[in-house]
Amino acid sequence: MKYLSEYRDGTVARGLIAEIRRTATRQWVLMEVCGGQTHTIVKQGLDELLGDVVEMVHGPGCPVCVTPLEQIDKALALAARPDVIFTSFGDMLRVPGSDCDLLQVRARGGAVRIVYSPLDALELARKNPEKEVVFFAVGFETTAPANAMAVWRAKELGVTNFSVLVSHVTVPPAMTALLESPDNRVQAFLAAGHVCTIMGWTEYEPIAAKYKVPIVVTGFEPLDILEGMLLAVRQLEEGRHEVENQYVRSVRRDGNQPAQDLVSRVFELVDRNWRGIGPIPRSGLGVRAEFAEFDAERRFAVDGIHTAEPTICRAGDVLRGVLKPFDCPAFGTLCTPERPLGAPMVSSEGACAAYYNYGRFRSAV
Amino acid sequence: MTIVCPVPVAVTERIQLGHGSGGKMSAALVRDRFLPLLRNDILGQLGDAAIVGVGNQTLAISTDTFVVQPLEFPGGNIGSLAVHGTVNDLAMMGAQPRWLSAGFVLEEGLPLDVLDRVVQAMAEAAAAAGVLLVAGDTKVVERGKADGIFINTTGVGVCPANFAPAPARAQPGDAVIVSGLIGRHGIAIMTAREGLAFEAEVTSDSAALTPLVDALRERLGDAVHTLRDPTRGGVASALNEIAAAARIGIVLDEARLPIPGPVAAACEMLGFDPLYVANEGLLVAFVPEARADDAVSALRSHPLGRAATRIGRCVKEHPGMVVLSTGIGGTRVVDMLPGDQLPRIC
Repeated sequence: MKYLSEYRDGTVARGLIAEIRRTATRQWVLMEVCGGQTHTIVKQGLDELLGDVVEMVHGPGCPVCVTPLEQIDKALALAARPDVIFTSFGDMLRVPGSDCDLLQVRARGGAVRIVYSPLDALELARKNPEKEVVFFAVGFETTAPANAMAVWRAKELGVTNFSVLVSHVTVPPAMTALLESPDNRVQAFLAAGHVCTIMGWTEYEPIAAKYKVPIVVTGFEPLDILEGMLLAVRQLEEGRHEVENQYVRSVRRDGNQPAQDLVSRVFELVDRNWRGIGPIPRSGLGVRAEFAEFDAERRFAVDGIHTAEPTICRAGDVLRGVLKPFDCPAFGTLCTPERPLGAPMVSSEGACAAYYNYGRFRSAV
Repeated sequence: MTIVCPVPVAVTERIQLGHGSGGKMSAALVRDRFLPLLRNDILGQLGDAAIVGVGNQTLAISTDTFVVQPLEFPGGNIGSLAVHGTVNDLAMMGAQPRWLSAGFVLEEGLPLDVLDRVVQAMAEAAAAAGVLLVAGDTKVVERGKADGIFINTTGVGVCPANFAPAPARAQPGDAVIVSGLIGRHGIAIMTAREGLAFEAEVTSDSAALTPLVDALRERLGDAVHTLRDPTRGGVASALNEIAAAARIGIVLDEARLPIPGPVAAACEMLGFDPLYVANEGLLVAFVPEARADDAVSALRSHPLGRAATRIGRCVKEHPGMVVLSTGIGGTRVVDMLPGDQLPRIC
């Protein structure tokens, strides 16, 4: 596969690190939006290498982490139905709901299957006409086009036993909510490269202007992230606040127009609860009325499930970048990947899991 | 803005697939469910094989059950795997595998030509590994009560004098060596099972490790401190178990890990870490630093060990912990996984 080793080159990385150090006259606080970037940062030890000049706080861009408990409980209720084959991407399976997770539903006899694409779930529906196949459509703008495509195709093919349980969220409203928060510490953002591959970056221009905050569209490899950091630090040092594109090999200003069109035909903007952050107006995607038959919440009347989220762990503070996972009293004791209290400890992209899996050595010394 | 989070999950009350992953859940199952009722001095050692004495002879006994899907995959089938898996468990204790038994659970409706190919592969694998299959059993269950074929094999081997590699014998100053490429078996199975297509086919590394162990024993003798075949749970889990057993720290050098391009590419797409992917024809050896080059050249003298290389070293610091120096100069912990690796969303 091309572009695997090229963006992990140690010599180039050391050059970028030195350049960031030369540029920074003080410590700056940057937030990487996407959980994939969080994992690269912690996995490669970038935070450790640059901690004195750049403090990275880990943003809310982990789709598993921000999916509200209520949606997980709806998924568990659907998956337990004998007439349903419940399909999901793998990392949703271990996310704890109110009393269990999807893996446990499967152990009790529920038909829960991992798929790699929503179109695979649609195919499963066509092969099992006597069953209802439900796909758990979570994620940011990155996964929305494929999920919209599955619904679109289902309608086109006249498939009547396929539906999606939607918990889609969008990035810009979450960034705005963070910037409006009184305890915000973030001075610049590394925006999520894959979200911008779909959406472009025009939505971020008013945010950068209004809040005077640099936003650098950034990729996911170590060298991408280091270059994104450098561009952000340069802007901060020079007093600029623009949207810049580090991820030029993937992102164009207007994004992927056909993908955006498909998403807006199938989905519409709705208010969404974010786990750990709370309700954000017009921050999610829901199924449009003309595709209502493919909306699992309408189809199975699970919209009556309302779960209040208790206040045991501090995932909310972690997801907003106010609290480092290490500083949570439950981290590594009450809350571990085997027995997670909150989603950030479960997902492979969650900040707590990243710290736990890759960082324990550093916390011990 | 409120702080919110889910309630804790209740203690699981049923077997989940993660209990079979070779990670922390598997270890807990053995520790909490089996050992309290079945413990004796020999079982309690929890090695790859049990070591028993008969007269002045020392024997190793190991058993393993194979439930792989698909039954046939690039590089082997469930029959060759059932021989290699048990033979390798014996070889990792330093034993020379001699006899095998095989128990088959066959599902009603299994095509006989599939069974023939599986048995053929067993015969070839046993001959290549120098073991005799001396006892067997067959059960047939109703359609739907098994998944084609399940095979259990038990092996008995003879332990040579003055050669007793063991996890607890690894020590600070040892070099960590792998005999070949990392991650092939797990990715071969995954791509065959899920119908995923990547740019190059990955074949399983399934093979008997006895020739490599022979080469190491002949060249280094008892200077081979520890041998392990990193099957379920991959290289990372095997090294964590050794670090815990020997109370040493292990430092891996990311740049030296021999991960084939197609394995790296598949892992990248699925969100897997190759260090946790299963191998079935790979061994990890711990030898004193001064003998590391000898060990690598002994391994490379056999075709199975052509890609043998050093990947790290043992240290006094951070006992029980495996740490990786990343290609760009950072460090991270390589921990045991709680359960199976799960493919990620994006």
